[in-house]
Amino acid sequence: MSLSKEKMVAMFKTMNRIRLFETKLQEFFAAGRIPGFVHLYIGEEAVATGACASLTDTDSITSTHRGHGHLIAKGGNLKLMMAEIFGKSSGYCKGKGGSMHIADFDLGILGANGIVGGGGPLAVGAGLAAKYRKTKDVTVCFFGDGASNQGTTQEALNLASAWKLPVVFVNENNGYGISCPQCKSMAVTDIADRAAAYDMPGVVVDGNDVLAVYEAVNEAVKRARKGEGPSLIECKTYRWRGHFEGDACTYRCDEELKEWIAKDPIPRFEEKLVENGVLKADGVARIKAELAAELDEAIAFAEKSPLPEPSALLDDVYA
Amino acid sequence: MAKKTYLQALNEALGSEMERDERVFIIGEDVGRFGGCFGVTQGLFDRFGEARVMDTPITESVIVGAAAGAAASGLRPVAELMFVDFIGVALDQLFNQAAKMRFMFGGKAKVPMVLRMPQGAGIGAAAQHSQSLEAWFMHIPGLKVAIPATPADAKGLLVSAIRDDNPVIFLEHKLLYGLEGEVPEGEYTVPFGQANVAREGSDVTIVATSKMLHTALCAAETLEKDGIKAEVIDPRTLVPLDIETIVNSVKKTHALVLAHEAVGFAGPGAEIAAQVAEKAFDYLDAPIIRVAAPFCPVPFSPPLEQAYIPNEASIIGAVKSIR
Repeated sequence: MSLSKEKMVAMFKTMNRIRLFETKLQEFFAAGRIPGFVHLYIGEEAVATGACASLTDTDSITSTHRGHGHLIAKGGNLKLMMAEIFGKSSGYCKGKGGSMHIADFDLGILGANGIVGGGGPLAVGAGLAAKYRKTKDVTVCFFGDGASNQGTTQEALNLASAWKLPVVFVNENNGYGISCPQCKSMAVTDIADRAAAYDMPGVVVDGNDVLAVYEAVNEAVKRARKGEGPSLIECKTYRWRGHFEGDACTYRCDEELKEWIAKDPIPRFEEKLVENGVLKADGVARIKAELAAELDEAIAFAEKSPLPEPSALLDDVYA
Repeated sequence: MAKKTYLQALNEALGSEMERDERVFIIGEDVGRFGGCFGVTQGLFDRFGEARVMDTPITESVIVGAAAGAAASGLRPVAELMFVDFIGVALDQLFNQAAKMRFMFGGKAKVPMVLRMPQGAGIGAAAQHSQSLEAWFMHIPGLKVAIPATPADAKGLLVSAIRDDNPVIFLEHKLLYGLEGEVPEGEYTVPFGQANVAREGSDVTIVATSKMLHTALCAAETLEKDGIKAEVIDPRTLVPLDIETIVNSVKKTHALVLAHEAVGFAGPGAEIAAQVAEKAFDYLDAPIIRVAAPFCPVPFSPPLEQAYIPNEASIIGAVKSIR
């Protein structure tokens, strides 16, 4: 294993940080405490964590409507995220964006995105900027199985490959585009097969195995940094919650959900870390307690923060 | 000042801004060796190389989206679509991504990109290559809209557009590319939101954009012979809109005619008419009249196309109906 113990522990923390954050949002949404709607990442934590583990702050990501996990894995500040989701003026976007539009340009987070397939062309632009400036920075474009059928995604894959741009396309295949299962929306079983059409590596990985995601994306990132162009990594995973909170999920059965819950990426990684002596049981408990305290602080910050003044409405339409 | 065509003026603005700022680059279909669909980027490929004058596949969504992504990452792209009509396939990247990034992200993003697009009818290009779509872009907060009518404004507005920190829609009329006019040498900018009073007059205000400015100036010449002094104003940018200059003119002339090649219904003139009605209703002594394209797609056959495009006679007719 090429990862240091510290790095693996950090990844374990990230996965738990995402799970705790999202579970809390589930609770807040049910209690009517957050405006708008939310798309939770529970069950998919290994993808964002494994993919971002090879990135630095000058690397970029483009995210999706289900973006909290990506933001946290890229180092997003929980206080600012929580405040934004509460619609507070202290949030990442001063309450202008909400759950689907969080960005942190200092961390290379070029934004979550409310449009399925919206991020691909933007990721090409970020990759183009890196190539133009002759930096070694890489952009990871997260997109779902639904987005893989959008023309924008295919156009982005094509141009990134034609121009050998440093972009890694990380597909989160959770099996459903809202209610529509993959078997009804595409003829291929593996989205990674589409990479062949663009003459780039296409790799399928178990998206619930954080180390498998890391290994595959790490290879792709190295390749991109060397100027050898983009890759497509398909991570097979599952969302435990509906497409959005409040989705009754009538389109899938409980057995399927149970099968995937049995493949929960967090205990799987925990067992591996304990088995290999990277973590001890009390270490796990300590980490979880620390993360709970960190989340409590974020919640307290969000709760205490003021709502935006209506007078801020017209701010920042233009630079 | 030297005489140059509208096309040469645009080319000069692109070249000088690329010299001045290494972050400026050109991206689009056939903009390289080919020199652009209408020739606007001619010679720039040889001057700056393929790293800065980038030929893309036919992939409008990624042209616009990559420009937005590169702009948000600190570069200053000038993207070209061959015809404004092609924005339909790239619209999400423009109006949901580029236009909204700054606001959605709480003021943190800057998207300094220019999207150049030729528009307008008159070359027999039919329904999917001839529209004037400025009203679409005016309707999206976050975009600026420049629409130069003269070679000097083509240069000055394009330089301003490239230096602007926002996404700017830059609408060129394809029948103006060959138009000659005086163009200031060297550093020259035209600020956004500052209308050009192209002709002074006291009897009626005609607000006209793009190619219609020239039609309106011809109409004003003819009207003068009939004793009607028309003031002709070109807003030059529709967002931001210099409504003050228009309102002040209406306060003087008490009558307003709006001329543009876009479809009249919900067109750019509708917004100007509404604002003048709100701000200067008591000064008007006649209804506001719009001279614009009818509510139909642009037709192909020359007599139909000519019937579609507003002309001097339609402007004169409009003025004479109220003066």
